[in-house]
Amino acid sequence: MSAHSLTKASLRAEGLPRRRAVNRMMESLAWLAAAVAVAILGVVVYSVARRGAPALSLDLITKTPASFSLTPVKQGLANAFAGTLVLVGLATAMALPSGILVAVYLTEFARPAIRSAVGLALDLLNGVPAIVIGIFVFGLFVVGHGQSALAGSFALACLMLPLVARATMEVLVLVPSSLREAGLALGVPRWRTTLSIVLPQTIGGIVTGTVLAVARVAGETAPLLFTSSLVGTKVSWNPQHALQSVPVAIFELAESPDPQDHARAWAAALVLLLFILFASLAARWLATRSRSRMGASR
Amino acid sequence: MSAADLTPTEPTRRPFTGRRVHFGDLALQLVAGTAAAGAVALVGLIVWKVIDGARPAIDNYGLGFVTHIAWDPVKNVYGAASFLFGTAITSLFALALAAPLALGIALFLTELAPRVLRAPVTALVETLAAIPSVVIGLWGIFVLGPVLRDHVEPALHDTLGFIPLFGTPSSAGPSVFTAIVVLTIMILPIVSSICRELFLSVPRELKEGALALGTTRWEMVRGVVFPYARGGIAAALILGLGRALGEAIAVTQVIGGGVFIHWNLFEGGDTLASKIAASYQGADSNVQVSALVYLALILLVFSLLMNVAAQWIVRHVARRQGVGLDRAGPG
Repeated sequence: MSAHSLTKASLRAEGLPRRRAVNRMMESLAWLAAAVAVAILGVVVYSVARRGAPALSLDLITKTPASFSLTPVKQGLANAFAGTLVLVGLATAMALPSGILVAVYLTEFARPAIRSAVGLALDLLNGVPAIVIGIFVFGLFVVGHGQSALAGSFALACLMLPLVARATMEVLVLVPSSLREAGLALGVPRWRTTLSIVLPQTIGGIVTGTVLAVARVAGETAPLLFTSSLVGTKVSWNPQHALQSVPVAIFELAESPDPQDHARAWAAALVLLLFILFASLAARWLATRSRSRMGASR
Repeated sequence: MSAADLTPTEPTRRPFTGRRVHFGDLALQLVAGTAAAGAVALVGLIVWKVIDGARPAIDNYGLGFVTHIAWDPVKNVYGAASFLFGTAITSLFALALAAPLALGIALFLTELAPRVLRAPVTALVETLAAIPSVVIGLWGIFVLGPVLRDHVEPALHDTLGFIPLFGTPSSAGPSVFTAIVVLTIMILPIVSSICRELFLSVPRELKEGALALGTTRWEMVRGVVFPYARGGIAAALILGLGRALGEAIAVTQVIGGGVFIHWNLFEGGDTLASKIAASYQGADSNVQVSALVYLALILLVFSLLMNVAAQWIVRHVARRQGVGLDRAGPG
């Protein structure tokens, strides 16, 4: 009775060869899709490395661009590297404490309704396009006062805040509640339990999230175009002036007709890309390390 | 028990009186609560400030701005229609290209990849998301653009030229098509990493049950994985679309610019975001700045709508399946 349903002929009648062929085709397409993504990454990184490496030298970081490019002097982008340090440093100083506080409030104090409302606000903030953040800060600080690195770093901090807060929340909820209870049971007030027992557990996750957020905003151009882009060629560390940054410099050099500018754009892109890849790798390493430590402590 | 018993005789030893409010608790809660309120206020402030900045243009042009095709700083005539069209065409086509690729990548990573490939390929796809848009744009100008212009666009025009989308390639490098390809690359990692997490959350019993009934792997995916993750996939695609709408820098670098509506993908164009980014140095009259902020307002409304829609789907459809999109953000 059941024997006939497994004969080759009946399998053919049920369309098994066709079904297998469809399956094989779909599986190959999925393999292909993954290969395409990896290939794109490879091609982008290879192009940046090949075109950026020849122009890479210490001059890029130590020399400033000449005022006008007819002179064949060695030129660099020292102003852009200094500016990016200032901009990203200030943005981190603004976003890191507030992001951690937001996360602490949401995981340790807030009622569920408030938690989901503020969580939605963070998601919306994360979804605001970077160029709109730039326009917002332009309207908030730049109109009437002029561009400054402070305005630029505030724009970058707006992008960092949801990233840091989300990353911190993710690790805060992993802290076992027995730790909190142990602290409270010993009579340690809630604020001390939070600050000196719960938060230290999450340092690894916070550092990881911060490194990723720094890597993200270090490459952001859009928020800086309207807030910190009209700049001189001198190296400056004063955040009250508009400062050049590496992404904006790449953006401008790429539009220039001069091939030498293109070479410098590629070299700067290579430095930026190396920094970001290194930071992502470091974050990944930190994440696995802190996760295994957290697992061990439980 | 008299009240006197409750007051401590020794100030160093605190009696246990049940709930005690510590000053430190209040302070921490206040500071942290202020930060959280600040995050909410920031979103409101962004909306308010952008509306405020666009007000002169809104007063001047009203809603007609949205349907008007013009961007003439000399005559001070502005309209957003061509940019809306450019935004729609670039982001929708990018999504159409990225969606099947992203689903394929996610399926590969969850169902097909050998164990040794799984972690490295996941990491590589996420690294693609970490490349700054200005670097992708630089690559788009000098590497991708010429290849598309010299090889892909003529080939598409020759074979599919009867479709108006694949018109005569322009001799200049930048084109809407280049922007579409660049956007596809930029939203691919986000969509695929969300889909990957969705597929991972599909219960093993369901998948194994389908396989045990004799389905092929693809039939199992079509019959179990896709229906199970349907809501989440929709949310992921909407988030990808929102990302494509808002991308300014890389698009500005490769799209070429121009104020016109045409169906030929191989000519230049502009999107809302790319027009704003391209005008950062040229905008000097107040009317023009206000018109730019009006563009930003339209962009903001669209991206907020996209995000709210995606969150709504997650909360109402995907939650039933125990799926969260917390990691929907970049990085």
